[in-house]
Amino acid sequence: MKFDTSMAFKLLALVGLACVPLAGADFYTELIAKTLVMAIFAMSLDLLVGFTGLVSFGHAAYFGVAAYAVALLSPKYEAASLWYVLPASVGLAALAALVVGIFVLRTKGIYFIMVTLAFAQMFFYVFHDTPLGGGSDGLYLNVKPTAEIAGFMPFDLDNPTHLYYFILAMLVLVYLFLARVLQSPFGRVLVGIKSNEHRMQSLGYVTFRYKLAAFALAGGLGGVAGFLYSVVFGFVTPELMSWHQSGNVLLMVILGGMGNLVGAVAGAFAFVAMQEVFSMWTKHWQLAMGLLIVAAVLFMPGGLSAVPGRIKRALQGGSAND
Amino acid sequence: MDFASFLIQTLNSLQYGLLLFLVASGLTLVFGIMGIINLAHGSFYMIGAYLAFVLASLTGNLFAAIALGIPLALLFGAFLEWALFSHLYKRDHLEQVLLTYGLILIFEEVRSLLVGDEVHGVDIPAVFSASIQLSEVLSYPVYRLVISAVCIVLAVALYFVIQRTRLGMMIRAGNHDRVMVEALGININMIYRVVFALGVALAALAGMLAAPISSVFPNMGSHVLIISFVIVVIGGIGSVWGALVAALVIGFADTFGKVLVPELSGMVVYLVMAAVLLWRPEGIFKKG
Repeated sequence: MKFDTSMAFKLLALVGLACVPLAGADFYTELIAKTLVMAIFAMSLDLLVGFTGLVSFGHAAYFGVAAYAVALLSPKYEAASLWYVLPASVGLAALAALVVGIFVLRTKGIYFIMVTLAFAQMFFYVFHDTPLGGGSDGLYLNVKPTAEIAGFMPFDLDNPTHLYYFILAMLVLVYLFLARVLQSPFGRVLVGIKSNEHRMQSLGYVTFRYKLAAFALAGGLGGVAGFLYSVVFGFVTPELMSWHQSGNVLLMVILGGMGNLVGAVAGAFAFVAMQEVFSMWTKHWQLAMGLLIVAAVLFMPGGLSAVPGRIKRALQGGSAND
Repeated sequence: MDFASFLIQTLNSLQYGLLLFLVASGLTLVFGIMGIINLAHGSFYMIGAYLAFVLASLTGNLFAAIALGIPLALLFGAFLEWALFSHLYKRDHLEQVLLTYGLILIFEEVRSLLVGDEVHGVDIPAVFSASIQLSEVLSYPVYRLVISAVCIVLAVALYFVIQRTRLGMMIRAGNHDRVMVEALGININMIYRVVFALGVALAALAGMLAAPISSVFPNMGSHVLIISFVIVVIGGIGSVWGALVAALVIGFADTFGKVLVPELSGMVVYLVMAAVLLWRPEGIFKKG
């Protein structure tokens, strides 16, 4: 890996994030921890939307499956082992995505958007209606998982500072993993599918299998975020799988500019910041959010990520629309 | 299940399915003709129900509310098409998803500012408030039969307009190939506006009709929206006939699912969709 400005910028951001708990402002440490969880979630969706060209409007389902799995797999009044519940909940999320993927990837375009949304709603009802999920009240995770292995305790998730660094470490791991995947031949095929699926097919790739693998992988990584959410908040509700959750994470990906992992993280921060600022002004903060989204689509074709290009062209004296 | 309760469930299925058809028919036409995915379509159902509540409390009469509400919904639809949706035709689906998602947030917050977040009831008109006795204990409300009848009349009217009138011919042609329609000198923008306004009015009417039986509550549109998506997926995009068949299938699957397997009731509809996706990913009635 060569060392350049973008690398330096990423390291600087990481150091900045690592310093947050040192400031001692517990409210902000907690808020940023939640934002980091959403950032992991946004990166997982970016693999589909930004790199493979699959606009999934039901990504919250896998987030929710993993979050519920933690609560269901943990004993009621004892700590479960982290080394068991983390892989198990992530695995279940990936499995759910794999099964759904077999169905939804038979469709394209508008159908794909609608069908992913519909399946996410099905998961919502699975946990809302059956005794499994505790109804609309959801479930409590009374005791956070423990990291103890054979009597040795490397860190303690009950300690907010330890939890913060654990989340930050997971973010870095997911980022490095995705960056590596995208550089691999598998990742190149995904990007190829986004730009021209027919060409990839005529080159002999069975694109369905690659898309299915990407869908399951994204579901599993979304599950990492769901797992962390469950551990941070200590309870899960069906709302985690609601389509507002799917819509919000899609907004984060788009805000940050699709097909850019660091962008997805930045998008999560921008989204949470907007949410905090608007909700300070008014209880009806979603109105401001909605107006902003509508205005952005109408007046900024191509999204935020197209803005630098438009400014550049404007400075060079050309028309902004060419 | 004895015969009387079977009959009741069958009538309920029909009524629910037909009501869903009103919402889904507009959605499928907008998809088919304009190529637009509209997440805000469920909001029109919600707006219709709130219109019925507000206008019925002002006029004291649901009929007057509907008579006033339909023209309002048509105007609102035409305005939205002019102001927002006409800018979306050449954009990709993601931007359409974004804009219409933003619209849902706006509609729900404006609703909350104007009418509040409480659940409201709307009275069934006195003429239709009776029930038909089916057995000693079971009876069926007349108003639900009226809803089914109104929906059937509208479905027939829609069929007539689309199959037998000049406007319908243009709509069908636009559904098939919009560039060709434009090349033949037909004002496609006018057709877009008419179809969109019609879709909004049908969804709003469904909301107005449903208001007395389902009551009026926040976010009531989102469930209907997702079920309508399922219907469009099953029926095939752009097919009004497919939407009718799929809406009835969903009406029966959902109603009988609730009776026969209550724990799985929420999922039955989606399992039907999954089965159809395996069988025909482009919907049952998708034309080649």
